Amino acid sequence: MEKRRVYVDNSATTPMHPQVLEEMMPYFIESFGNPSSIHFFGREARKAMDKARERVALGLGAKTEEIYFTGSGTEADNWAVKGVAFANKKKGNHIITTKIEHHAILHTCEYLERQGFEVTYLDVDEYGRVNPDDLERAINDRTILISVMFANNEIGTIQPVEEIGKIAKKRAVYFHTDAVQAMGNVDINVDKLGVDLLSISGHKIMGPKGIGALYVKKGTRIDNLIHGGAQERKRRSGTENVAAVVGMGKAVQLAVENLDQHVHKMTSLRDALINGIMERIPHVRLNGHPTQRLANNVNFSFEFVEGEALLLSLDMVGIAASSGSACTSGSLDPSHVLLAIGLSHETAHGSLRMSLGEINTREDIDYILDELPPIVERLRALSPLFKQCEGGKANV
Amino acid sequence: MYNETVIEHFTNPRNVGEIEDADGVGEVGSPQCGDIMKIFLKVEDNIIKDIKFKTFGCASAIASSSIMTEMVKGRTLEEALALTNKDVVDALGGLPPAKVHCSVLAEQAIRAAIEDYRSKKKEARNSG
Repeated sequence: MEKRRVYVDNSATTPMHPQVLEEMMPYFIESFGNPSSIHFFGREARKAMDKARERVALGLGAKTEEIYFTGSGTEADNWAVKGVAFANKKKGNHIITTKIEHHAILHTCEYLERQGFEVTYLDVDEYGRVNPDDLERAINDRTILISVMFANNEIGTIQPVEEIGKIAKKRAVYFHTDAVQAMGNVDINVDKLGVDLLSISGHKIMGPKGIGALYVKKGTRIDNLIHGGAQERKRRSGTENVAAVVGMGKAVQLAVENLDQHVHKMTSLRDALINGIMERIPHVRLNGHPTQRLANNVNFSFEFVEGEALLLSLDMVGIAASSGSACTSGSLDPSHVLLAIGLSHETAHGSLRMSLGEINTREDIDYILDELPPIVERLRALSPLFKQCEGGKANV
Repeated sequence: MYNETVIEHFTNPRNVGEIEDADGVGEVGSPQCGDIMKIFLKVEDNIIKDIKFKTFGCASAIASSSIMTEMVKGRTLEEALALTNKDVVDALGGLPPAKVHCSVLAEQAIRAAIEDYRSKKKEARNSG
């Protein structure tokens, strides 16, 4: 019998939607033109790009001229933070972000610190939420940018983005949000949120890899990240990846059209998985916020076991997930997000993220709920930490 | 990422458990690093008669513990002390570079257990 394969790592990447692939196909061989060319081939490609830009703009409630395509979500994040920092350094050198951002933001901020900028990394509460009051207090007269992610990639916690947007507006500070994980799982409207810049990525929403977009509100002072030709209205050079841009446009369109249905389906699968695990396995901790979390995110710590051993055991029975354990990252420290919400190192090492997507079914959830408990039990039987706590209260 | 030997030892680890009246116990590693290895020994006539382990850690830490116990069981304490982490890596047919520290833990664990045995023996002699 063929081994069952269950993919619950949709926050890492998703399969492309067949309709996305279908729309992309003509732009590899048939309509291969360079959108900068004035001849027919070029105009055809330009038209496809315009349509994609309109779809992305519509999906975010933005104007088409406020959407710029990038090579990835990471590039969009880099551009937003570095671009605003360098363009506004005469005004100030202070940036505010959080301790739980994606590395695309954190490492960019660390780089800017080495360039003379000052960065405040806000703490989060035990659920991973930023306190807007803390944020407001951190603003000073040199603050030029606030960058707070919309929803966290590891624990799925959704930030009070609208509230932060109001504070940013009141204090006249640019506000960027990394919406890579939120897109497709949360309703996004840039005006309602009060953001000046917003990053998204194609492959997290059943679009192609190697494509992202940055929303830049009209009038935002931002330097270029990539210099060269006149593409993207002279803001982001490099011949456009037309097929990927087309795919991104379609992916955003589908994500927005199917949002309610998707969120409904994901929430039901997510809750079945969360409740099922809590009923079947003792000494577990749900990481992230109980309600303010992405509809597709499940993140647990299993006390006394290590995440990589858990992942490998799951992989052996065909279940693909991810972990915040150090052993999966090549470093010795576990996930910065799990440490920031106050988890001990050993609890952080025992984390497991299962991120759901359109390809998942109720049968997948049942399969996980059958396979996971004996795996945790086996690893606990091997663990010297387990015996010490057996019978006693779990150290959670 | 892991070879078949590592996977085999991870899936079917040898000598798992604890020895109630162990002659020597060694525990190394820390929860901070995500690896803890605990070794229990029974020693008779300078020979490791029985050995059991419990490990909190990744697959390579579990596999390193398992193969190490196989390698030292039935050996003299001197032979066991001569075991290096490289011997463990070689016996496993190699570990990914980021995982070599797991084999170091196995080497340290058996040494800690033997040291514990020797210090207990010394104490017993002194008090007796």
